[in-house]
Amino acid sequence: MNTTIVKPENLAAVNGMGNQDAKGIVYRTKELNLWYGDNHALKNINLDINENEVTAIIGPSGCGKSTYIKTLNRMIELVPDVKTSGEIEYRGRNIFQKGYGVEELRTKVGMVFQKPNPFPKSIYENVAYGPKIHGIKDKKILNQIVEKSLKGAAIWDEVKDRLHENAYGLSGGQQQRLCIARCLAIEPDVILMDEPTSALDPISTLKVEELVQELKKEYSIIIVTHNMQQAARISDKTAFFLNGEVIEYTETDKIFSNPTDKRTEDYITGRFG
Amino acid sequence: MAIQETSKHVSIKELIEKKKQSKNKYIRSEKIVPFILLLTAIISVLTTIGIVATLLAETFTFFTHVSITEFFTSQKWYPFSETQGSFGILPLISGTLKVALIAAIVAVPIGLASAVFLSEYASDRTRRIVKPILEVLAGIPTIVYGFFALTFVTPILRDIIPALEIFNALSPGIVIGIMITPMIASLSEDAMSSVPKAMREGAYALGATKLEVAMKIVIPAAISGIIASIVLAVSRAIGETMIVAVAGGSTPNLSWDVTSSIQTMTAYIVQVSQGDAGYGTTIYYSIYAVGFTLFIFTLLMNLLAQFISKRFREEY
Repeated sequence: MNTTIVKPENLAAVNGMGNQDAKGIVYRTKELNLWYGDNHALKNINLDINENEVTAIIGPSGCGKSTYIKTLNRMIELVPDVKTSGEIEYRGRNIFQKGYGVEELRTKVGMVFQKPNPFPKSIYENVAYGPKIHGIKDKKILNQIVEKSLKGAAIWDEVKDRLHENAYGLSGGQQQRLCIARCLAIEPDVILMDEPTSALDPISTLKVEELVQELKKEYSIIIVTHNMQQAARISDKTAFFLNGEVIEYTETDKIFSNPTDKRTEDYITGRFG
Repeated sequence: MAIQETSKHVSIKELIEKKKQSKNKYIRSEKIVPFILLLTAIISVLTTIGIVATLLAETFTFFTHVSITEFFTSQKWYPFSETQGSFGILPLISGTLKVALIAAIVAVPIGLASAVFLSEYASDRTRRIVKPILEVLAGIPTIVYGFFALTFVTPILRDIIPALEIFNALSPGIVIGIMITPMIASLSEDAMSSVPKAMREGAYALGATKLEVAMKIVIPAAISGIIASIVLAVSRAIGETMIVAVAGGSTPNLSWDVTSSIQTMTAYIVQVSQGDAGYGTTIYYSIYAVGFTLFIFTLLMNLLAQFISKRFREEY
């Protein structure tokens, strides 16, 4: 067993149990079930996700990891015939609750997709789109936001001289970092990343991984990945999904060095998946 | 086992070899087919060239009877007047443009709104039902629209606007608008639906509402297709013949008045073709000149469409 040393500043939190919940946890999933038509894709998911950490979700194709992450900002509802039961609390409020504004949720919870999907607009307009739809029209403020977000996504130096060129002129890796910048522009609380590097070359992947490390200081990040080395490199906690169930969810170090479940071990040692 | 497998392998090779030997036949058709395809392509090109050449030749003959300046600047179109026949095409152009403009005013907002609804809001089921219906609407013969305008729309309009003449620009304009609405709706919907889903997701993930996604992502990304659909529909309105011939009247006049009887370029051609204008008369040649003007109009529309869609295209 790993012995965790409780730092003094965390002691108070551990003792005052209730407080700790409200502070440190962004997402609390309770008995989540999800169906695509008759296909039971997520089964009784219970998962708490911590603030300012990188939480990785791994598992073989079709295990429900992408479905789960898309449920967190209710993007899954764009798929017809989706039914859910159970609760996901984001900052203490059930996101399935009647009257919960899905736009408000997605403003707080940004998302980066598997394939870079910039808008067919200029680099500048891509980043400014989010702030603009949320009512920011002042050109000066927009300029600042664009610069800050592009710097935040570590792409500013590469694009600062071509802000008004079409985003589709960028390389795949640059496009993905632009999408991250677009997501940062509305200063979200959580960033969901759905296999953000699966379409990128190794160097671009490395850049995105470094960026994730940088971003976790300010954001809570949940990342779905096919790549177990990636999960091991960048995440604090890892959840292993299999056939729509969470098999194991614990500290990344532990899951890779000493998994408790046989299936987790089989998967991370490459026996299947 | 191993032997069996190799023998199988060899037999496949043999089969391919055999096929190769009998290939001469195929090679021949490989050469003949492209030739036939080329021939059919040439036929359509030649036909077009032929039509334009005929138009041009007859138009030139017309201009030996009537000066170009008179044709394009005179404000009177009295081709049948025996004493002082006047061939100024402006009244016909004004008739055509009035009708096309009314049609566009009706069709563009309705067509675009339905396209946005179908591509962004409607369920798959609704779309599957509504789109074919729209396409059927586009297949109704225009003569049916023509008497629909004359016997249904005009009387209703006359209740609202008492000054409206029986033959007028408004009624056929509205009905042509109704006729081209499905075209705009259907083609624009195609353009919007082909905007990648990933782009919409990107906007939704930023907290955009459906309307914001439609207005600021989908329409801009599909704009070249949308403009193409509008231009195509307006060209159709300009070239529309039956509806205006039935419900528009035959009084060419140069004005912006939509309540009085008009004549469009197409309706004039119908009138002369049906009448007994003798071969070789100025009137006979005038339909070619009018036809040629009409052709220039639609050609300009197409060039405009190409220009606009290139100018506003969002590459992705």
